Amino acid sequence: MTALLDGLRVIEITGDDVWRASAAAHAARILADLGADVVKVEPPGGDLVRAVPPFLHDRAGADRGLLWIALNANKRGVRLDLPRERDRLRSLLSSADVLVQAREVVDATTAASWSPSLVVASVTPYGLTGPLAGVPASDLEVTASSGALALAGEPERAPVRTTLPQSPFWSGMYAAMGALFALAARAATRRGQQVDVSGQASMVTVHPPACVHWDVAKEEHRRLGAFLIGRSIVGARFRNIWECADGHVSFAIQGGPIGRHTGRMLASWMGERGFTAPRFTATGWDAFDNRTLTQEQVDALEREVAAFFRTITKREFFAGVIERNMLGYPVADASDVYADAQLRAREFWQDTPVDGTTLPFPGGFALFDGERPRLRRGPPRLGEHDVEVLGAVTA
Amino acid sequence: MTAALEGTRVVEFGWAAAGPLVGTYLAQHGADVIHVESSTALDPFRSTYPPFRDNVVGPDRAGMFAFYNAGKRGVTLDLKQPRAVELALRLVKAADVVIESFPAGTLARRGLGHDALRRARADLVILSSCNQGQTGPHAQHPGYGSQLTALAGFNELLGEPDRTPVILYGPYIDYIAVGYGVIAILAALERHRRTGDGCIIDLSQYEAGLQFLAPALLEHAANGTVPTRDANHDRVAVPHGVYPTPADDGWVALSVWSDEEWAQFRVALGDPEWSRDPGLATAAGRRAREAELDDRIAEWTRMRSRDETVATLRTRGIRAAAVESVGELFDDPQLAHRGVWRRAKHAGLGEVGLMAPPFALSETPARADRAGPTLGEHNEAVFKGLLGLGADEYASLAADGVFA
Repeated sequence: MTALLDGLRVIEITGDDVWRASAAAHAARILADLGADVVKVEPPGGDLVRAVPPFLHDRAGADRGLLWIALNANKRGVRLDLPRERDRLRSLLSSADVLVQAREVVDATTAASWSPSLVVASVTPYGLTGPLAGVPASDLEVTASSGALALAGEPERAPVRTTLPQSPFWSGMYAAMGALFALAARAATRRGQQVDVSGQASMVTVHPPACVHWDVAKEEHRRLGAFLIGRSIVGARFRNIWECADGHVSFAIQGGPIGRHTGRMLASWMGERGFTAPRFTATGWDAFDNRTLTQEQVDALEREVAAFFRTITKREFFAGVIERNMLGYPVADASDVYADAQLRAREFWQDTPVDGTTLPFPGGFALFDGERPRLRRGPPRLGEHDVEVLGAVTA
Repeated sequence: MTAALEGTRVVEFGWAAAGPLVGTYLAQHGADVIHVESSTALDPFRSTYPPFRDNVVGPDRAGMFAFYNAGKRGVTLDLKQPRAVELALRLVKAADVVIESFPAGTLARRGLGHDALRRARADLVILSSCNQGQTGPHAQHPGYGSQLTALAGFNELLGEPDRTPVILYGPYIDYIAVGYGVIAILAALERHRRTGDGCIIDLSQYEAGLQFLAPALLEHAANGTVPTRDANHDRVAVPHGVYPTPADDGWVALSVWSDEEWAQFRVALGDPEWSRDPGLATAAGRRAREAELDDRIAEWTRMRSRDETVATLRTRGIRAAAVESVGELFDDPQLAHRGVWRRAKHAGLGEVGLMAPPFALSETPARADRAGPTLGEHNEAVFKGLLGLGADEYASLAADGVFA
């Protein structure tokens, strides 16, 4: 079976700040996972992401950063001193289909003059043009500019971001997507084009309902801690994170066919456990409508659910929802994810060599014709493919 | 220049966010996307999820559906009827791509499993996107993205260390799966152009989401630690946080990434006495006293407007940004410059706002000027126009409720 992007050549130029370098690296990693030959270009001293903590086996070191390791598997790596070695870059690009760049080493006009069929994707915090073009930003500022930060956290406290920076992943994903649309266009036109990805705009895509509510109802959604908003026409909110016996679970009271089934199943589960929940069990789940419940009614039901969940563990909850085919999942941490039976059954984890050891990497994001693309290699050592790649180019 | 996917036809079975938004990206780039739904089992985005126009519930008054299905044609088929399934297969025969996002096995029970789709057209690209994937012990489990986000581990990483995790507003993971779904289809079409082969794509929304957590997962695998939420702290930058401004719920985000930046940050602050402490000149020194530092910075940000703080810091090359509310995004000059917000007419909603993709293509830009279809809006155009049903046949099928 031919890999989807077999034969595609991608050059990635890393950047001089963590955000840009990570976003471009993720874009190229996605293309590499689909079978493209990705060559990563680093400065002579190496990509600065190599030394971003946390580190492999908790030992600091230039190639031991786990962010680096995660973002750069499946790639080859070369060193170029840019812009001094611009001619060598030009040679490298002459056989490439896509350039992903974290800093504007080659503008689109120059790239088109070098290679008319080249697709040039640039990932920047705000985009290549406009009032904020060139303004530096990291994950926190990009997320702040997108509305996503204001939507996370407790109402009376400061907004919070995901502790593992997310915006480089989103922006990188959209860069890969944009490059693939450009390749589709190239099939008809034989010409490349520029793909200008904005981190800020990327993060606006993570909360469409908030935008729709503002647009249609001029209702502004704000952060509500553990509560969901936008499920009610009378303004009620619904809890989505609950304490359980040994951590937290995620569950919401909802309507619709699956939501009503879930309500019936939870009522019977409470009954089997001899748990008393008079309001919840007396609810007519066959006609339950979450849209019109008052906050008082929601709160009364949720008090009983909360008391029940405190009596069961995450593991019991997970087994219970699977058995009853009802909505809800535990709030998992990394150890739960590695233990997950579904991921193991689908052979998600792939042992990949890294610096003399092997690590179980998250595998490719989908199965294609029943096969999950294999990770072909760990991240490159600094200059590992200089001779193999640049030697051939200059010869 | 033509659109990137000019001449590509897509047939889509699915509801809510994770399937249909995939088709929207394809439609925005020129594909003819036909969304198949049923009026007998309405999409929750038409029935259950507000907002509705004037807060009155109705399938053609639903803002969510109009947004998530922008740019598509819409038809209704009651797939419990064999003649509806036949028509669906005729649509598939005329398509290059099929998208479906029901729990594993749902379409197969209607006679629209992968084999049946492939018999209709051998070189089809099929995306099956569901919660947990098409195989494995949890394949049939139904789920919504707001809870699946928790299962993948995102919520464990969001909030303050000693408090309950908070949510990522909604079905965060769905939009990751949408992005990877579009990418998978485009990559499969790329191969199809070279080899003529179709492809069956089994996308588990859970596995797609885990891609965005790879460093935290590897940290556990390599070091045995369990990464957890740490408010707004960062592993490199210090200070790094969200600080209050005088306005109600007004906040500013800022971060300092090196000792050189710290020197510039001090200048921006007006070089106050406390900041001259040599102990703060190094990242390690600042990290050891981060709480004290955060209090000092908050004292400063409370004294001036959010925009003034951001401008002062940016002048010194410090990364800073206003924490924008959702309403503010619609007046954001940078988003406006990029043309992120678009508007379109809709028969049931009047005018609706739409969103352009976050990547701008210089030669084949996306179009985002068509809202999602009203229920069954394109039944005649598709079944008569595309499939060639005669007027009598169409009327008789309609009378039998096939187009319900």
